[in-house]
Amino acid sequence: MAQQIGQPVKRVEDKRFLTGKGNYTDDIVLPGQTYAHFVRSDYAHARINSIDTSMAEEAPGVIAIFTGQDLLDDGIQSIPTGWAIGDDMNEPPHYPLAVDKARYVGDAVAVVIAESKADAADAAEQIMVDYEMLDAVVDAREALNDDAPLVHDDSGTNLVFDWNLGEKDATDAAIEGAHHVTRYEFVNQRVIPNAIEPRSANGQWDAARDELTLYTSSQNPHLIRLLLCAFVWPDLPEHKVRIISPDVGGGFGSKIFHYPEEVVCAWATKQLERPVKWTAERSESFVSDAHGRDHHSVAEMGFDEDGHIVGLRVQTHANLGAYLMTFAPAVPTYLYGTLLAGQYKTPTIHVNVKGVFSNTVPVDAYRGAGRPEATYLVERTIELASKEMGVDPAELRRKNFIQPDEFPYQTPVALQYDSGNYEGALDKALEMIGYDDFRQQQKEAKQNGKLLGIGFSCYIEACGIAPSQVVGALGARAGLYESGAVRVHPTGKVEVFTGSHSHGQGHETTFAQVVSDHLGVPLEHVEIVHGDTDRVPFGMGTYGSRSISVGGSAIVKALDKVKDKARKIAAHKLEAAEEDLEFSDGEFRVKGTDRSVGFGDIALTAYVPHDYPEDVEPGLEDTAFYDPANFTYPFGTHICTVEIDEETGHVKLLRYVAIDDVGNIINPMIVEGQIHGGVAQGVGQALLEGAVYDEMGQPLTGSYMDYTMPRADDLPMIEVGHQVTPCPHNPLGVKGAGEAGTIAATACVVNAVIDALWDRGVRDIRMPLTPERVWRALHTGGDGALREAEPAA
Amino acid sequence: MAHSIHVTVNGQPRTGDVEPRTLLVEFLREDLGLTGTHVGCDTSQCGACVVHLNGTAVKACTLFAVQADGQEVTTIEGLAQNGQMHPLQEGFKEEHGLQCGFCTPGMVMAAADLLESNPSPSEDEIRHALEGNYCRCTGYHNIVRAVQYAAEKMQEREPQPA
Ligand code: FES
Ligand code: FES
Repeated sequence: MAQQIGQPVKRVEDKRFLTGKGNYTDDIVLPGQTYAHFVRSDYAHARINSIDTSMAEEAPGVIAIFTGQDLLDDGIQSIPTGWAIGDDMNEPPHYPLAVDKARYVGDAVAVVIAESKADAADAAEQIMVDYEMLDAVVDAREALNDDAPLVHDDSGTNLVFDWNLGEKDATDAAIEGAHHVTRYEFVNQRVIPNAIEPRSANGQWDAARDELTLYTSSQNPHLIRLLLCAFVWPDLPEHKVRIISPDVGGGFGSKIFHYPEEVVCAWATKQLERPVKWTAERSESFVSDAHGRDHHSVAEMGFDEDGHIVGLRVQTHANLGAYLMTFAPAVPTYLYGTLLAGQYKTPTIHVNVKGVFSNTVPVDAYRGAGRPEATYLVERTIELASKEMGVDPAELRRKNFIQPDEFPYQTPVALQYDSGNYEGALDKALEMIGYDDFRQQQKEAKQNGKLLGIGFSCYIEACGIAPSQVVGALGARAGLYESGAVRVHPTGKVEVFTGSHSHGQGHETTFAQVVSDHLGVPLEHVEIVHGDTDRVPFGMGTYGSRSISVGGSAIVKALDKVKDKARKIAAHKLEAAEEDLEFSDGEFRVKGTDRSVGFGDIALTAYVPHDYPEDVEPGLEDTAFYDPANFTYPFGTHICTVEIDEETGHVKLLRYVAIDDVGNIINPMIVEGQIHGGVAQGVGQALLEGAVYDEMGQPLTGSYMDYTMPRADDLPMIEVGHQVTPCPHNPLGVKGAGEAGTIAATACVVNAVIDALWDRGVRDIRMPLTPERVWRALHTGGDGALREAEPAA
Repeated sequence: MAHSIHVTVNGQPRTGDVEPRTLLVEFLREDLGLTGTHVGCDTSQCGACVVHLNGTAVKACTLFAVQADGQEVTTIEGLAQNGQMHPLQEGFKEEHGLQCGFCTPGMVMAAADLLESNPSPSEDEIRHALEGNYCRCTGYHNIVRAVQYAAEKMQEREPQPA
């Protein structure tokens, strides 16, 4: 049978999506369905004096109205965050519905449940909330001023944590003693993930059995169940709860977290004994889905006379919004600070991160989560340094790369890189873009008054999170292993249950390829089951590019167990010793003979064990949990070219080349698709996207009218190439490919624009690089003094 | 206040009693259970809801159901003919033009309209024609290729003039 791993197998999930038969949460309508509408604060910061629901209660179709107090009175607790930074992290409660104060525009304060969506929405308008407006704080640095309004009164400060990593004294000394220091202030602006499927939840209580089923558009249904039952609703027994995440229309991180609406739909259905559904309207998503990024950083990179990096010092303010979401504390710390070595031999690094509350939508993981922020900072800095020092940007990087024979490589910021060949990827990318030719073209273009630029991004990421012991020591409140279960049916057909969740990644295909090769069964005989806590034993879900490296490894482990048992049965049938058997193409064969037994036969024997080995149980299924030995470290080089229209400031992306090393590849078609999509999101942040708040905390980007994402005509074709350095510590040699594009692209595009404008005195432009900002920078000469290039709010 | 409407949906006569404010997309999804047409925004900008009204692509969130009274609507569920996938449906699968699948029905319906009026569009024309449809997953690269694939297939299959 043809090997499946490595082939661009077409996706098995496509048929249902292409015929309109997908099954997304909002498509589900249950008998007796009711509809929830949330009343959200219009103020960024306001005390809730009272909530008058009397008029709304009389409105047509209304079934019930609940406020935060109702939930509290019934024992509903705060939604916890999954990660603690230090022993004394500032961690005020996060109730599903705000009780004392509303802390951001969009904070839900009440919910109306009615017979129809329209009835619920109409009634919600008749709820009178008596708010006392309070001063709001939006900017993370301002939130630390002594006179800043407190987002959470009892904490006495807006500081969530003050976190350090690396050697401070050594780094200070290295920077002081450096021959050249490149120092910049970078803003990694707030962006909004915007999966095209709006979030949705539908709770169904079965009163006869005291059981809850919750459908929710989540990337990790088991994690939602765990948080709900272990923390938020302690009276709800976990074994009586089923969480189903059916087809999910994109996540990009934003559907990891346990959201208030899930709690409310779950709790309300029990009160009403009717199913309760909520689906966000897009403008509601803008103020209720967790946002991403929002860092303000100062970076100083020191070099010796030869251009070797001697140290990196970073100070970052991370805006976490009004509450701590599930992964929020980990993103600007362990997923960011640990990546600041990039691909370089930086002898000493020190980073200080202040995580800060503000009156804005909570911020958490968004595709890449911390790693794009680190890459942006490192890759912008080294590129600016090359220009300051008059060295070619590719050469400066090459000089500082960790070399292939230096792995495993211990960085000064905790990680131990397992493998890599950075120069290989850079060379490939240079060749693909035609570097020397482009520099020539650029010169000629300049003479004709045209502005061309080329930008680099040599990124590294740590993904496949993560070894449970390691993350436990770093403050994670959960383990980050994955489960996989393999059930072989009597006819030899195989079902595989995975704790990973696909919301576009195509697991139903890639995982089936792995199973097909391991058991020698045709792809069509394999079914991948995911997204249902009743069917899948346990799972930690999909984020951090972990599905294939952690989830896939768990499946391989379970497959190995099944194969071991099958071997025992085969040995019995063939009357041979187990050691004398070899397995290939779905058959066990006695080595050096033509005596063999097929996998299908063995499966049947396992369930009809008439003639069967004595010490073996009937049946053929097994479960495995896989806890990774280390992170995986995908890396690569992205290079893009741009042309800038001097008259309008418009940036045109001419070419985009991506060379990624994501280890072994199961399905190149799917991996390339992941890179394309990732790059598009990174380009989006560089050129188009940005969440904007005014000083009062009002979001100015509240819908697709004023928040721009890349459309088909904003992007060129993306030229993708691979290099393969297998991951040395997991069975498939895979690393994960979901985030690479986003991690690399943002710095790459901005570097290209600065390259085009360097001779015009432009050193930095704040993202997104809109035509207006580029035009202003061109005409004011940006020297890194960002404010000048900034249009007045 | 309900209005009685008669709409031919995917070739079948359908009737419904709708409120004046009921959107066409709500009528399709909620009254007829045709959940292949999606809703991705509330400002008519994502294109997840694109269907054909009398053969032309429209955003079904931009029309009231009553405006479709007496008209013909085709949704993604009605695109395959006699169990045979439309070349665009084939193309999206062959070229991996979809990931999460949420934008896909609207994307396919918008592309079908393009190929109707322009059977062999250039890359730029495809990108321009799909500008009203957001996809957050694919970066559009494979969507463009899927449309090119379908255009070629449709040309090949076009009966040659005798
Ligand atoms: S739902 Fe977004 S355009 Fe119709
Ligand atoms: S495939 Fe997910 S939005 Fe297009």
